[in-house]
Amino acid sequence: MAINNRIPAGELAQKWSTYKSTCKLVNPANKRSIDIIVVGTGLAGASAAATLAELGYNVKTFCFQDSGRRAHSIAAQGGINAAKNYQNDGDSVYRLFYDTIKGGDYRAREANVHRLAEVSGNIIDQCVAQGVPFAREYGGLLSNRSFGGTQVQRTFYAAGQTGQQLLLGAYSAQMRQVSIGAIKEYNRHEMLDVVTIDGKARGIIARNLVTGEIERHGAHAVLLCTGGYGNVFFLSTNAMGSNVTAAWKAHKKGAMFGNPCFTQIHPTCIPVSGDHQSKLTLMSESLRNDGRIWVPKKQNDTRKAFDIPEEERDYYLERRYPAFGNLVPRDVASRAAKERCDAGYGVGTSKMAVYLDFASAIKRYGKIEATKQGLANASEDEIIKMGKQVVKEKYGNLFEMYAKITGEDPYTVPMRIYPAVHYTMGGLWVDYELMTNVPGLYALGEANFSDHGANRLGASALMQGLADGYFVIPYTIGNYLADEIRTPKIDVNQKAFDDAEKEVKDRISHFMNNKGTKSVDYFHKKLGLIMWDKCGMARNAEGLKQAIQEIRVLREEFWNEVRVPGSADSLNPELDKAGRVADFLELGELMCMDALNREESCGGHFREEHQTEEGEALRHDDKFMYVSCWENKGNYQWELHKEDLVYDVIHPSQRNYK
Amino acid sequence: MEHSNINLNLKVWRQKNAQDTGKFETYKAENISTEMSFLEMFDVVNEKLINEGQDPIAFDHDCREGICGMCSMHINGRAHGPWDGTTTCQLHMRAFKDGETVTVEPWRASAFPVLKDLVVDRSAFDRIQQAGGYVSVNTGNAQDGNALPINKELADASFDAAMCIGCGACVAACKNSSAMLFTSAKVSQYALLPQGEPERKTRVLNMVAQMDKEGFGACTNTGACEAECPKEISISNIARLNREYLSAQLSL
Repeated sequence: MAINNRIPAGELAQKWSTYKSTCKLVNPANKRSIDIIVVGTGLAGASAAATLAELGYNVKTFCFQDSGRRAHSIAAQGGINAAKNYQNDGDSVYRLFYDTIKGGDYRAREANVHRLAEVSGNIIDQCVAQGVPFAREYGGLLSNRSFGGTQVQRTFYAAGQTGQQLLLGAYSAQMRQVSIGAIKEYNRHEMLDVVTIDGKARGIIARNLVTGEIERHGAHAVLLCTGGYGNVFFLSTNAMGSNVTAAWKAHKKGAMFGNPCFTQIHPTCIPVSGDHQSKLTLMSESLRNDGRIWVPKKQNDTRKAFDIPEEERDYYLERRYPAFGNLVPRDVASRAAKERCDAGYGVGTSKMAVYLDFASAIKRYGKIEATKQGLANASEDEIIKMGKQVVKEKYGNLFEMYAKITGEDPYTVPMRIYPAVHYTMGGLWVDYELMTNVPGLYALGEANFSDHGANRLGASALMQGLADGYFVIPYTIGNYLADEIRTPKIDVNQKAFDDAEKEVKDRISHFMNNKGTKSVDYFHKKLGLIMWDKCGMARNAEGLKQAIQEIRVLREEFWNEVRVPGSADSLNPELDKAGRVADFLELGELMCMDALNREESCGGHFREEHQTEEGEALRHDDKFMYVSCWENKGNYQWELHKEDLVYDVIHPSQRNYK
Repeated sequence: MEHSNINLNLKVWRQKNAQDTGKFETYKAENISTEMSFLEMFDVVNEKLINEGQDPIAFDHDCREGICGMCSMHINGRAHGPWDGTTTCQLHMRAFKDGETVTVEPWRASAFPVLKDLVVDRSAFDRIQQAGGYVSVNTGNAQDGNALPINKELADASFDAAMCIGCGACVAACKNSSAMLFTSAKVSQYALLPQGEPERKTRVLNMVAQMDKEGFGACTNTGACEAECPKEISISNIARLNREYLSAQLSL
């Protein structure tokens, strides 16, 4: 299969504007007779649905939650990047582009990332116009903060609930279109297959999760905005319902999967407390603006944090990476935490945690406050009290969440944190137009592989989701649909729909009639452990080969032994989970294959065999400067295709945050 | 953190579907670590039910970090349980004593019909939002984000209202099943910002009309909504809605 990424010719900085002014258009009258399905209502899905409906297309949205507003974008905490340079600190489109490519360890496409940086500013403008209440300074202008992997302040935020505010903004735009009938919503619905006719995506099969009814929906184009697949690890910061099913069905219908092994392990999450754990909770990267990460200098130190004097603490990020300090990119920070814990310096009962300490920030802010208020002789206690107030204003909701989960007060005791699975850079392969290799089938947001290379920078997921939905797809989809204006409404009584529906129904009836003995979670947890141990923060060839074998055995056991209670014609969360875990059990194998194939370390993908003397990721650009595009050949067989990455503007080098 | 294991008696509302009358069933939750969240305790109970060949208890949940607004249990007579300012998913078992009986019900409101067990239909909230909870600005029309300075206090107050997660606890807590706290939070978010100004009057009128149409009750200012709101949305938003509503009506 030849790979055509359809990147426009011309100078990098001109590609997008040239594309926009030369792509095909669909006139308003024709838009009215074109149907578009949007699966998933997170930032990418809601923004795309609203924008396409505004343009005049007929849109249907699907989500498994009870309302579009609940998609997991809502949980994004820290912020959204944009190259506005409001802080006058040297930011520019080029610099955001450069930081993103470098942060991704030179495994992303230049043209896509440059476009992302170009539209980043428009996103902020759009959100402000929608009434998103971003944080502001006293002068009334927008406030910024820093995130990892950058040396400028370009992150816009709304306290620790930026994702919520941006999603509710996109959701409000979506609701506006629902109210005028331009969007029809299908909530509590799960997409269970893509229907292709003559090679083109023409609709989906969905299950009404309340009634169990299997429905057919036809459309001229299908957009998958279904998020990432971090839940293949069972424990992750994803929502319980986040899954790969829609993307995986598309993959099985011919769409290639790009870089499946590129997983982001976020450095600052609340550590696992026991076997009962159902998910992990992130503590926003924004905390690394003020929190200092440390472990004791002595191995197996059992003293309380408070009893360890300053000179016996190892601020290992500041020591190893003085230029970026605590704000190194996520992959670097995660590996450094693992290295310290593996070497016996970890803290807490499990010894698999490091401290994130706000004591010095509290003092620093307290002193500033005292100066502001003219209190020259403020006591230590008063300074700390004022400092805590400032920290509370900045991060109050995160500190509260930490206290509820752990029962500890992070204002007085340092937080204990450890890395956890958070985001997947891999996803459905798409071209410059966000179309998969199946014509008419698009993937937006985290569901695609496109913009973050081997590691995503903090506050860039929100940027990409909204860029794809608000500013990219409205142009690129027209380029395809302009040739579909003669295609009548898709008839759902065609054989392709019959076949897809039958397959979906057969699978459901297998689950319902399987007289197994073990719950879906039993298998999901087992899969998660295999993935975390052998395809997690550090990987090696031997472990990956074992993992593939173990997953195959587990998958067979799953199909024979899974028990799904209840019935298929009513609300049945266990049945929903069974379908999702079945797909994770296939994806897991492909992730391990991809990790095995990529014999180098880059970004979040760390192969133990490939590291520098200092333990940093060692890329092999001569052999692996490509996107791994996996084609499903059926029967758990895949064929690897390679899309070469060409760097015209940036010269890849060893990433240096020292 | 110190932790221990406890045993609980659960009284849980079971209802097959919207048509079923439903009833309480009792279950034992054994060996529950006090470090678990309330929903993780339910996971343990459900795992046991599945292994015994019984139908597990259906409940809504998703993010499990207190922000999606999906979880919705009425626990011991309180929406989201005993902790103030906390969603069910963030409630931890430290809140309960060994041997305690815990009663769990779905949200009770005619505008939120039960779909199954503890799962209710909250689509009425979406329809209230559709009636006017937006700024009519198409993508691509926006001016520069800093072109219009906004007073920080107003922006912060708008944010405080916009923090609503749409879980419906306010309705469940209210003896009249009023949706005033939810509706007023959305009205306030926009009323406090210049972007909301052009549609200020029609927004409040239409959203209140839709709220009434959905069958939510009237507000009698008991304050139960504010007390139970997991995001501690202030009842002063209701006062603002009333002012907005009155002035919109008077100027018609």
